Amino acid sequence: MLEEENNTILKVEHLAGYYRGSFGVVHAVDDVSFTVNTGDIVAIAGESGCGKSSLAELLTGVPISLLHYEAGQVYIRDTTMYVPKPTPKLKKSQIKLRRKLETQGIKISPNDERFEPKLDRSKRKEWKKVSKKRRDYIRKEILCKEIGYVPQASQDSLNPVKRIKNFILDVMDQRLGGHLKEKKDKNNPESMNVEENPLDRVIEHFSTIGLDETVLNKYPHELSGGMKQRTVIGISTLWNPNLLIVDEPTSALDVTTQKLLLETFIDLKKSGILETILIISHDIPTLYQICDKAIIMYAGKIVETGTMDEIINDPLHPYTMGLVHSIASFNPDGSAETKLLGIPGRPPNLRDPPIGCRFYPRCPKRLPKCKENYPPDFYPKGEKRPVTCWLYE
Amino acid sequence: MKDALLSIENLNKTYISGLIRVKETHAAKNVTFNIGHGEVVSLVGESGSGKSTVANIILRLFPPTSGSVLLSGKDVNELPKKKYYKQVQGIFQDPYSSYNYFYKVDHVLNQAISKSLSWVNMAEKKKVISKVLDVVGLDPKETLGRFPHQLSGGQLQRILIARCLLFRPRLLIADEPTSMIDACARAEILNLLLKLKEQSRISLLFITHDIGQAQYISDRVFVMSKGEIVESGDTNEVFLNPTEDYTKNLLNSVPSIYRKWS
Repeated sequence: MLEEENNTILKVEHLAGYYRGSFGVVHAVDDVSFTVNTGDIVAIAGESGCGKSSLAELLTGVPISLLHYEAGQVYIRDTTMYVPKPTPKLKKSQIKLRRKLETQGIKISPNDERFEPKLDRSKRKEWKKVSKKRRDYIRKEILCKEIGYVPQASQDSLNPVKRIKNFILDVMDQRLGGHLKEKKDKNNPESMNVEENPLDRVIEHFSTIGLDETVLNKYPHELSGGMKQRTVIGISTLWNPNLLIVDEPTSALDVTTQKLLLETFIDLKKSGILETILIISHDIPTLYQICDKAIIMYAGKIVETGTMDEIINDPLHPYTMGLVHSIASFNPDGSAETKLLGIPGRPPNLRDPPIGCRFYPRCPKRLPKCKENYPPDFYPKGEKRPVTCWLYE
Repeated sequence: MKDALLSIENLNKTYISGLIRVKETHAAKNVTFNIGHGEVVSLVGESGSGKSTVANIILRLFPPTSGSVLLSGKDVNELPKKKYYKQVQGIFQDPYSSYNYFYKVDHVLNQAISKSLSWVNMAEKKKVISKVLDVVGLDPKETLGRFPHQLSGGQLQRILIARCLLFRPRLLIADEPTSMIDACARAEILNLLLKLKEQSRISLLFITHDIGQAQYISDRVFVMSKGEIVESGDTNEVFLNPTEDYTKNLLNSVPSIYRKWS
């Protein structure tokens, strides 16, 4: 039992997050739980707008400014990434008003804003203060060192007016807390710890992922898209993180460059720099080439988990079936004679998600009970294969 | 071929950039192929291989440097554009940018029908529009009167296909029509294009970088690389027994759910 627990690198429990703007509140990630073991390459797949990228942002502990943490917890080994929000309570005046209305016999709808429990201002301030401290700690100690995160379109995030090596020196300087650029000061013992030539390590690291030394002397515009993407992945794995999260790494690349990039991941894993990779993509044939496990998301929730082979050859959830049958994949052995089947309709609006199963309006196998109740996890094919669908009750 | 609908002969396109140090880019080099009646032909290649250049020249968005495009044996550049676009229509990669977001989606269809059926009255026009929307699998009641942001990418692309059908074209140029659309809606668009081919005998030039889609939809395939057509032939012939090294290399690196690399 103990060994198994040590094997888990990432554990997500009931994680939820939302966007807030003038358009209202969008619950992009809703009650998501899963675990990732050391050594796995895990895929998170789904349609666009299903919350894959938001989930990735939340896993890093420091989501982008519009995305807010709502509930749940993320464990990276033993570190918790979030300070749980204190549960809001009803105010005394609210309880009084409620009683008054109830004695008068007026019905109160459950969505009534007047009776929403609210947090005390002082408690909220305290929570914000503590979680800001936690975020600072995560930025300094966890990001890059424990988890590497390569966001979507990150190949465009290289500084266009700097050579790659100067850009890397900037990043290293920031990571080391500004000690790299300081002149060596005999009185300051910390500045003496800096390596003689920090770029040596970078060159060695780049050669393991198949990048040439000459890349360092180039400007970003001189590199092709695939090279840029590999450079970015090289930079984010410089500190040998235990877990790498990559968001849509291949979406802007040609098939041949795409293959090179995927081989980079395999090289990274073989050379022992990386152990665990979490890849987020909508491109299932690509994911099938390198991933062991797959998590399928729909409308902010996980609908099915399993090994990659099981998901493709034996999908359980109606949504996964639709997704797999709609892929026009190249068939090297003969013409693709099986007719493709799409899923009609579009995903639900997450501003006010349906109460029941979120796939209900588009589902070809729906039951009457699906409309009202969200299905729990069922395990028709063993413990490692949860699926949230009433068909398997 | 005499009975070809569209034939392209020795098409060249050179882009020239720079004032003093002139740099020439050959986007298309001696491209020659033809499309028969009711045939689906795919142009496959990686980015920068000149697929879209060929499409844009056929659609007369810019002139070729040399070479000719013949529609039923007549040089395209001699036809008036009004006549030409009644026979050849195009759909493009990004359905979102083909709409003006201040107008309802009807606007696109109304503008097209005022050009193609200018002599009929309003009620007739509306009938034709709902008929065309039915063909592409959309409910006219739910689609008309909506703004573009209320519809999904797949629906918007299907309205654009409906717009093309208003002209009753003989040839449809589809330049990566599915690359910005979700996988689930993508299958429906591909099936729709196949249905159009079978029911209305519309020829289709399908341009894509996705080998899987080309294999699914097309009768014949042309593989392009660096402006040249490196291999051509029947879909099964090219994809199952490629002869050129470039094609072999390309097909080997295509991710597929039917095989694993290692």
